[in-house]
Amino acid sequence: MPYDLTPLWLSLKLATVTTIALLLIGIPLAYRLAFSRARTKPFWEALVSMPLVLPPTVLGFYILVLLSPGHAIGAFLERVFDVRVVFSFPGLVIGSVIFSLPFMVNPVKAGFQNFPCALIEAAYTLGKSRRQTLMSVIIPNTKASLLTGIVMSFAHTMGEFGVVLMIGGGIPHQTRVASIAIYNEVEAMNYSAANFYSVILVIFSLAALALFYALYQRHGEVI
Amino acid sequence: MKIFLKKTLMAPEGPFDLHVDLEIEDGECISLFGRSGCGKTSILRMIAGLQEPQEGLVRVGGKVWFDSARKIDLPPQKRATGFVFQEYSLFPNMTVEENLRFALCRGEETACVGEYLGLVGLKGLEQRYPSKLSGGQKQRVALARALLRHPKILLLDEPLSALDVQTRWRLQDEVLRLYEKTGITMILVSHDPFEVMKLSGRVFMLEAGRIVRSGEPQDVFCGSEWETLFRLAKNGRRPDNGF
Repeated sequence: MPYDLTPLWLSLKLATVTTIALLLIGIPLAYRLAFSRARTKPFWEALVSMPLVLPPTVLGFYILVLLSPGHAIGAFLERVFDVRVVFSFPGLVIGSVIFSLPFMVNPVKAGFQNFPCALIEAAYTLGKSRRQTLMSVIIPNTKASLLTGIVMSFAHTMGEFGVVLMIGGGIPHQTRVASIAIYNEVEAMNYSAANFYSVILVIFSLAALALFYALYQRHGEVI
Repeated sequence: MKIFLKKTLMAPEGPFDLHVDLEIEDGECISLFGRSGCGKTSILRMIAGLQEPQEGLVRVGGKVWFDSARKIDLPPQKRATGFVFQEYSLFPNMTVEENLRFALCRGEETACVGEYLGLVGLKGLEQRYPSKLSGGQKQRVALARALLRHPKILLLDEPLSALDVQTRWRLQDEVLRLYEKTGITMILVSHDPFEVMKLSGRVFMLEAGRIVRSGEPQDVFCGSEWETLFRLAKNGRRPDNGF
């Protein structure tokens, strides 16, 4: 019996786009948090880590409310960019980025904090700016932390359920990712389809984590 | 060159006030000598802009790098210093050549990298990573990298203390040769009287953040608790070997 592969592709696409977005947002954020001496730093750290302790449905609910056309942010996006974010793929990406933020920021921040300060200072005395030092010295020497952030964010997004269900609504071919497809198939008592999606997710997760540990071992030796 | 610095520093025994006022001639090599934790490294860090004094003035070659009264505080990137750290601080992701090229300004010719590698006797090791170098080789790379920026002042923070005795002697000769060749102004932090005598024309002895003696090494060390060590060094015996 042929199964619809779209949920798997959607999950893969969502995890890839989310991870790329998280790299672009997470690295500067981790850098700021790692080296900030501001009094408000604990507040920002707590805010970034909130998705670790909040039920996904709570987060999904508030994102849904904020991005809906009835709210100022949702109305602005629709008016200016002509984009309705809720119940669409861009909405899923926004929700996933917020939900997986600590999985990227926390390991990268820890890597930056453990990086020898003397090397950063050496770069400064060689006339290099903070940005040049980050790109040429800090990031290349904290690959293991970045790799952890990438794999954890990717894997976490692949397995996301509550937030994507709240924001995306599980619309077939648009927002019905693999985790929601499994839930729908079980609800419909279609266990063979649920098993098909589940087995693929298990194999994929295992392969991704094995690859991560292999790379981690290799980079751990280099650095 | 004028260096006046004031800052409260923390030591295991408690806080103490660093208060130094130095005038250094262009092309002079001076040493800051004293026990660990007396504020020597902090002085270098404040000159380089890595640490901020509570009050002070740092003027090098007519240019003010720091002036608390006029609220001038140039970042380390804009101070023409070459800093050689005790633990080398070579970038582990870069080869020897890349470490040196990293020090070049944008658009600067890369040809001088080879010239500086030759200057410190490291030709042939361009493609090696720091992890594959000996301590002495690493410090040579660090020296070449610091000089490549054409600094107005070279700051050496106990650059040879992590090396074995033989390598330290060899590198002392190399530093002396580089100093004579480039004529650069140098400030050396050391707690080795032999090294101070060999490399510097003047020494400032520090205790708990204050200069307690200054002058030529023989004048400073004679009559101090370091006299025995100094006499051994002066008579040609290497103190590291004789004790």
